[in-house]
Formats: sequence, C-alpha cells, structure tokens
Amino acid sequence: MSMFDNAFDPKRGLSRAGCACGRHIDAAEHEREQQLQCAPVESASDEKRYQGVVASAVMRAVFPQDATRRAFLKAVGASTALAAVSQFFPLSTATEVFAQGGAIEKQDLKVGFIPITCATPIIMAAPMGFYTKHGLNVEVIKTAGWAVIRDKTLNKEYDAAHMLSPMPIAITLGVGSNPQAYTMPAVENINGQAITLAIKHKDKRDPKSWKGFKFAVPFDYSMHNYLLRYYLAENGIDPDTDVQIRAVPPPEMVANLRADNIDGFLGPDPMNQRAVFDGVGFIHLLSKEIWDGHPCCAFAASKEFVTTAPNTYAALLKAIIDATAFASKADNRKQIAEAIAPANYLNQPQIVLEQILTGTFADGLGNIRREPNRVDFDPFPWQSFAVWIMTQMKRWGQIKSDVDYKAVAEQVFLATDTTRLMKEVGLTPPATTSKSFAVMGKTFDPSKPDEYIQSFAIKRV
Amino acid sequence: MARSLTLRAAFVSILIFAAFILTWHLATRGTGAVQQMDPEYAKLMGATATQGKSAMPGPLDVGQKLWEHLRRPFYDNGPNDKGVGIQLAFSIARVGLGYLLAVLVAIPIGFLIGMSPLMSRALDPFIQVLKPISPLAWMPLALYTIKDSNLSAIFVIFICSLWPMMINTAFGVASVRKEWLNVARTLEVGTLRRAFTVILPAAAPTIVTGMRISIGIAWLVIVAAEMLVGGTGIGYFVWNEWNNLSITNVINAILLIGLVGMVLDQVLAFAGRMVTFPE
Repeated sequence: MSMFDNAFDPKRGLSRAGCACGRHIDAAEHEREQQLQCAPVESASDEKRYQGVVASAVMRAVFPQDATRRAFLKAVGASTALAAVSQFFPLSTATEVFAQGGAIEKQDLKVGFIPITCATPIIMAAPMGFYTKHGLNVEVIKTAGWAVIRDKTLNKEYDAAHMLSPMPIAITLGVGSNPQAYTMPAVENINGQAITLAIKHKDKRDPKSWKGFKFAVPFDYSMHNYLLRYYLAENGIDPDTDVQIRAVPPPEMVANLRADNIDGFLGPDPMNQRAVFDGVGFIHLLSKEIWDGHPCCAFAASKEFVTTAPNTYAALLKAIIDATAFASKADNRKQIAEAIAPANYLNQPQIVLEQILTGTFADGLGNIRREPNRVDFDPFPWQSFAVWIMTQMKRWGQIKSDVDYKAVAEQVFLATDTTRLMKEVGLTPPATTSKSFAVMGKTFDPSKPDEYIQSFAIKRV
Repeated sequence: MARSLTLRAAFVSILIFAAFILTWHLATRGTGAVQQMDPEYAKLMGATATQGKSAMPGPLDVGQKLWEHLRRPFYDNGPNDKGVGIQLAFSIARVGLGYLLAVLVAIPIGFLIGMSPLMSRALDPFIQVLKPISPLAWMPLALYTIKDSNLSAIFVIFICSLWPMMINTAFGVASVRKEWLNVARTLEVGTLRRAFTVILPAAAPTIVTGMRISIGIAWLVIVAAEMLVGGTGIGYFVWNEWNNLSITNVINAILLIGLVGMVLDQVLAFAGRMVTFPE
C-alpha cells in the first residue's frame, strides 16, 4: 500500500496475484483504476490531493489493521467513514498545514543524482516544473559516483541526493564506512533493474548452468547485489564460490560485456536496454520477476538539512512525491522519457529511455516484450524492506554481529514524508509501516528475520 | 639544408597521419545489415545491432562531432550540459589556481632547501615520503577535510605540482657555481640581494624546467580528478560521455586534452628559453 492508495477503498491491497501491480483484484480492475487515476497532476486540485493523502494517513492510524479497516468501510461506506474521521481530527487544518507549510527558508537548492533511470522523479521534477510549483529553485547535479554523492551531501554541497536504498542502512550501521546517521524519507523507484547476459549466452538461459560466470553489480551495498545473489542461490549457484561478482560502474558493464570480460550483470537501467540497443546483450530477466515491487534507489537528505530547514524540506518532499505520483502513471511515461533524455539529464538516446519507462522493449533476442511495470515509482519507505535488506547483508556476511532489525529499520527508513509532517501538526502517523511480500515465491515475515536467514540453504552465517 | 629537412619531416608527418586515418576508417566501417529483423523490433535497436556499424566511431564521426563542438564551444544548457569550451576553461582555471599556489609555496621552500644544508637535511625525509604519493590518493582526504569538491580538486593540483618544482628549485639553487657566490661574498652582497641578483638568474633555467614538469603533471591529474568529483571541467565531460557510451565524444575530449596540454607545455618551454643564457 502506498501513499497514493486510497485508504477508503475496501478492496485495496487484498490480492497480490490479481494484476500487475498487485493492488487490484484482477487486471481489468487494475486498468479501470489506472484510467480513473490518470488525471494529470497539473489539472488535479492540489487541495484535494493533499486532503486525500492526509485523510488516508489518518484512516490508517485509526485502523492500523487492513482487515478491520476494510470491514468498517464495507459496513459504513467511504463517505461516512471520512465524515466520522473528520469528527476526531481537524482534517482541514492538517491538510492546510501539509499543503502550505511555513515560509521556505532556502529557495535555491542543489540535489545530486546518478544518471540512471532510477533517479527519474528527482530529475524530471526539474524540467517538468515540479520544483518550481512548490516554490523551489532546484538544480539537479549529475554526480560521478555513490561515494561522491555521500560526501557531497555530508559536505552540504548538496541539500539532498539520490542514493541506493541499502546505502543509508550500511552507512548508519557503519558497514563499509564510518557509522553516520542518515535519513531516507522516500524510496525513489521500485523494480526497474534487470539481469542482462552477453548475447553469446542466448542458449544458456538456465541459471543452473551458470557456474564459472563473471557478473557485475554496481555496488556492494545495493539491491542489485542482493537480488542477483538471491536469484543465483535459489538456483543452486553459490554466489561466492561458483561465480564471480564484481562491483563495476554501470557504463563499464556494457563495455565489459562487449569486450567479453563479463558474462552478465544485474544493473540499473538504462544500461540493460543500452546493451540490447547496442546489440551486445539480451535481457534475461527483469528484477520484478525476482521480487515484484522491490525498492531500489532512494531519496536521502542530511539530517541537518531536515532540522534546520523543515519547510524547505517539506516543500522538496512534496515536489518529489508529486513527481513520483506523476511518474507512476503509464500515460505520462513517454513525455518523461523525452524530458530526461537530453545531455543535461540522462544523456541517452530517447528511444532507449522510452523502452524502459513504457515497458515496451526489445529483449535482445528478437522479441518485443510488454511489461508496463518494468519500472515503477512509489515513495513509501516500508520498514519491512529495510529488514529484508539487513537479512541479506547478514546472509552474505556483510554484517557479522547481531542486528536490532526493527530499531535500525525505524531509524533509517523514516516513513517520514507523512510521519514527520503529521507529528508536527499533532496527528498520529500511520501505524502500519511494514508489509509482507514474497521474493521468488517465498514469503518474507519481517517479524522473524533470523528464521528467514536460517531457512536458506546457501548462506554465510 | 635545415629548411628542406623541415619540409621533408612535415611530409612524413602528413603521410603517417593520412595512413592512420585511412586505417582507422577502414577498420571501423560497417558490415551492412546484420540480419533479417522485424521492422518494429529494428526500430527499438541501435545502428550497431541493425546495420553492423562498428562500436568504435570512425574518423568521419569524430570529425563531425568535433566540428559540432568547435562551432558552439560556449553554450550552457544548465548545470550538467555545457559547451566544451566552458569545460576546458573550468579545467584550465583549476589547474592555473592550484599551480599558482604551488609556485608560491614551492619556490621559496626550494630556495631555502637549496641555500641551507641544515634545512635541506631536515626537510628531506618529509619530501621523500610525500613526493611518491599519487595525487589522487589525496582526493578522499581532501574531500573529507576541505568539504568542497572544487577546492579539493585545486588542492590535488597544488599538491602534485609542488614536488617537481621544489626539488628542481633546490637543485638549481644548490648547484649555482661556487665562484659566483664567492665573488658576491667578496663584494659583501647581502643575503637577500645575493638570492635575487646572483642565485635566481643562475638557477632560473632549472626552476623553469621544474615548473614545466609540474604543469605537465597537473594537466594529467586534473582530468582524473574531475572524473572523480564531477561537476564541471573536461574530465567531467569525459565521464559524462562515458556514461552515455559515446566513444566519439570521448575521443574528441582526448584530442582536446592533448592539444591544451601541448599549449601549456609550450608556454613554459618558451619561458625556459627566455631565462636561459649562454655561459
């Protein structure tokens, strides 16, 4: 369930199997819902939308259990429920505060990004005017690497930045760097990665035959690494002994594939599609086929920025939430591809970006595939995602000691955009910040992380 | 005779260049349509996959792109897309500033070391340890302490320009002919005056040689430093085009980096000739 879900809809979140996004009963329902929600951001009334966000959050706070809420809604109907909720909470005041905030302390901001499609909401918000709409003058700055992004955010050269979602956890835990408290108020994108193999392996599609392969991932502390390891291990390949996994910057993945230096990679787009476009690789599997709805990149801000300029931060987050909502609509994707293709942003052929964002793409084997949810956008930082990431860090020996999964998840994956703003205006934030999900058909229970780790045959603990 | 040698050399140079371009062109020609492809599918693919175009650009592609860059060297499309002229200007400014700071520090210290055997021995261990450190190894430390990526890049240029200048200055100063110093002493010339009127002119050729080595290193390092910190500069330009896998632009940048490096070197070579005198 995300920020954009309607908490007043009793059918929401009932089924994961029914449709592509898992939030509807069947595909037809999904289509209908998508069309209903497709009003462009510009024309939708801001007040209405903020009201919706606040009301949904309050509704979840009153009925933290999905089942109880559904039963209640079914019994009394959505409008009665809204009226009832309005009795207890000053909804209009809360909405007003959320929508307007105070005076913006700092108008000119710098936000860093890495040129991959995961950064889409951050980038597109500049050319498409989402930042200006919220009274901000934001420069989005292309940055040379994850470590530089981290340093520039800490140096206050950037006010906020695009990061990999496991990074704030790793930084906070002091894995691979000095421990440092980090805030991650929003997930940038879900899905949107792929396993790409060299074209010469087109007849070796069975992962069980991949012993001796050399793979690349962009960073040790990345969803890419964890998903690739998971996928290999599920297929009986030990990712540490049977294959080699190297950390390689994304553009070098394509070059290495061309040079026959690696056999494949699990990397961010546009590099998967670029490998296909250049005729050197084929898309073996989209990351959504491993875990549909997995988080990937994140929007991170320094703690100091959050505390010294709360109104600016709120405006910035609203711009990001707006942009993310706009990006999550299939109809807008072509327009987005056009906006972010120029050299100032992603610097890629537009046709490549279009294939990634619309999900109608050439797979490198001669087929055209249609996967509208190849990449999707949903900002809510579910804390169970953080717990899963930590189970994998532990599983592969990145964390040696015991971890208080719940505490770290709560500390890093601040389900903050709403939570913080709501606390400020005296409301109780949503109680559910965890949700269950399945990775390759295996359900993850965030309350039993250690049992989960133990359940794997291949592990380093 | 000398004239005809120059002419003949130019002829051979042109011949080598033409042969190089021709080989390059032939090696990167496309092979024609690769295979039968569904037209709808082909539309989603790039020229390499559909027409067998070589992944390496040919000289014509590079020339065409170079012309595009040179025609509009100073355009500015926002923070991540600036003309190649602006990028070069940023790099040159960084190198200039870091290098100037290094000159201000290295030459006085070099003088001190060259004139005083005590200081020479006292500073020697530090110089010996600091000199072989790769300039880029300073980058994380600089970023962490200076807390500004632009200043960090300038600092890295500073630190890498320092040592050749310092050591050459010290060597030049120490090897000034003893007779000249003795003449100065008999004339009872003061220390400061002796430094400026006797030692400096005598050591100038060596000092400028050190400066010439330094500017070469600085120009080598700035590209790598800008690739690391990003933002602006020709090094960032290379990194940005590499992200786009645009080898054409990378080759163009390499060409421009070489040309600017040559100009910088020639400027100091000229300065070197100005201060050299026949004995």
